[in-house]
Amino acid sequence: MKKGAWILLAVALAGLPWVAGEFYVNLTSQIFIAAIFAASLNLLVGYGGLPSLGHASWLGLAAYISAWMSLKLGLGHWITAPVALLGTTLVACAFGWISLRATGLGFLMITLALSQVLWGTAYRWVSVTDGDNGLRGLTRPMPFGISLDGATSFYYFTLAITVVAIVVMAMFVASPFGAALRGTRDQPRRMGALGHAVWTVRWITFVYSAFWGAVSGLLFVYYNKYIHPASLSITTSAEALLGVIAGGSGTLAGPIVGAAIVMLLKNYVSAYVERWNMLMGFVFVLIVIFMPEGVVPGVKRLARRFGRRKPE
Amino acid sequence: MQYWIIQSLNSLALGGLLFLLAAGFSLIFGLMRIANLTHGSLYMLGAYAGATLLAPRPQSLKVFQYFPQVPSIWIAALLGGAFLAVLGGLLERLILRKLAGNALGQVLVTLGISFIVADFCLIVWGGDPISIPTPEALRQPLQVAGLSFPAYRLVVVAIAVVTAAVLYLMMERTRLGAMIRAGVDDMQMARAVGIPVSKLFTTVFCIGAALAGAGGVIGGPIMSAYPGLDADMLPLALIVVILGGIGSLLGAFVGSFLIGAIYTFGTALVPDLAYVILFLPMIVVIAFRPRGLFGRQTV
Repeated sequence: MKKGAWILLAVALAGLPWVAGEFYVNLTSQIFIAAIFAASLNLLVGYGGLPSLGHASWLGLAAYISAWMSLKLGLGHWITAPVALLGTTLVACAFGWISLRATGLGFLMITLALSQVLWGTAYRWVSVTDGDNGLRGLTRPMPFGISLDGATSFYYFTLAITVVAIVVMAMFVASPFGAALRGTRDQPRRMGALGHAVWTVRWITFVYSAFWGAVSGLLFVYYNKYIHPASLSITTSAEALLGVIAGGSGTLAGPIVGAAIVMLLKNYVSAYVERWNMLMGFVFVLIVIFMPEGVVPGVKRLARRFGRRKPE
Repeated sequence: MQYWIIQSLNSLALGGLLFLLAAGFSLIFGLMRIANLTHGSLYMLGAYAGATLLAPRPQSLKVFQYFPQVPSIWIAALLGGAFLAVLGGLLERLILRKLAGNALGQVLVTLGISFIVADFCLIVWGGDPISIPTPEALRQPLQVAGLSFPAYRLVVVAIAVVTAAVLYLMMERTRLGAMIRAGVDDMQMARAVGIPVSKLFTTVFCIGAALAGAGGVIGGPIMSAYPGLDADMLPLALIVVILGGIGSLLGAFVGSFLIGAIYTFGTALVPDLAYVILFLPMIVVIAFRPRGLFGRQTV
């Protein structure tokens, strides 16, 4: 049954562009990008117990580096993409070193402050970022000479990267290192006593999570062909965190489902009302108060209860 | 020379406003372990309240029809502070109280509410900045030794210093202050010796919100009220608290003027990178003194 569901999902995802119109194909591509972003944040929040409100830094930084290099230096994608990933990861090494001086709320405040500093810099450093105008006129890469300008080709490109990203992140969580990470979340002192380098485990996770955030940032800038300081704002971080928590933090499927919910809400509701931020605020409050565990664990629990009741 | 005097006063005035904001944030965090991300929104609401009560009529926005113009910025500051104290009390009692013990949940709720407030302000007051007039009596700069000092900024600094002194006396010399200090140092013991922690929480939250709101009104003639004011002020307050130490009034005071100076002079000297310069003190402090300059708890 489980195998069947997977095959069904694979067929559905692969066949989507044949059935759905361009709008839905593009929407699904965006969901994929948001899913990688939320899943990477989930490594920190869900498995590491480190609530970060600065994850937008990685999406925005990678996007800005890649955009700046191709616009102002005229370099090709084959060099901008790896440099963007590398540069973002290096900044994450430094940010992680600072933020992990604290845990819990202190960590959250420091990550928020650091990412707000990047956001403010993106607004004000006009000679590099073009400030509020954003960097426009970007292109999508052409891997193996295939143009990604069509909705369908970009969809498959994003799908492939998303599958790789999710599988690799799942392997990370399932590995002994992932087990150690969960240990540092639940019992940091015991883990320390057992000889695990708690701080190092957290730091590596921070950097690793930032790397995947950067990957989603590259896809983000390829999709939009445009980058604006808003991508670095607290709203972006909050959207991802909302996705993680709404879906269920510390589960593999949770952030993906959560990101999809957030993206669908954003797209559909924005068509009717302008007030996406306000709606997101309300969803935040409602989820935290009424469904703190998230949708995926909530549905699982309901399914278990339902399944148990059936035989009676 | 004149330029540097103006910049220094600007930095002091910003420091004073930051203190009004950060003192409340720091006390709330220190006592209740709530990182109140609505604090920037409370400040912005204060600024908009001040704009509504003070802006010269007639104005095209509908909201101005419902509120009369008040004659003085000080009355407006009191009203704004009172309004936000009520709002803060409701927020604490009705929402944050429900999530007691769930620190992450509380942060997320305050984050959600800050989004709601930001959009609410956009609906009510529109997207254009609303400037708040400087009080008539303080428009003329003060002339000393051939140099002129903007009077209103001096007054803002004085207000911040007086507020700091009053808060200090309250913390050190009153029963309420002793209870707050006890709560900051050891919440469980404070409960055990019979301190009414629940009332204390609401009181501190109201004080913090009132300070932020009054700060928003008083800062109005300098910064005006505009969408995004919350996102501009909150990170500064966060950095102040990280720098000064959580729950420490002295830390908030020193940190505010430090950050005010760094930010103002940074903007004047390297306008592009003013925000990056904000990093430096934070990195230094976190690296060598993770609990902040005057804090007793680790962040």
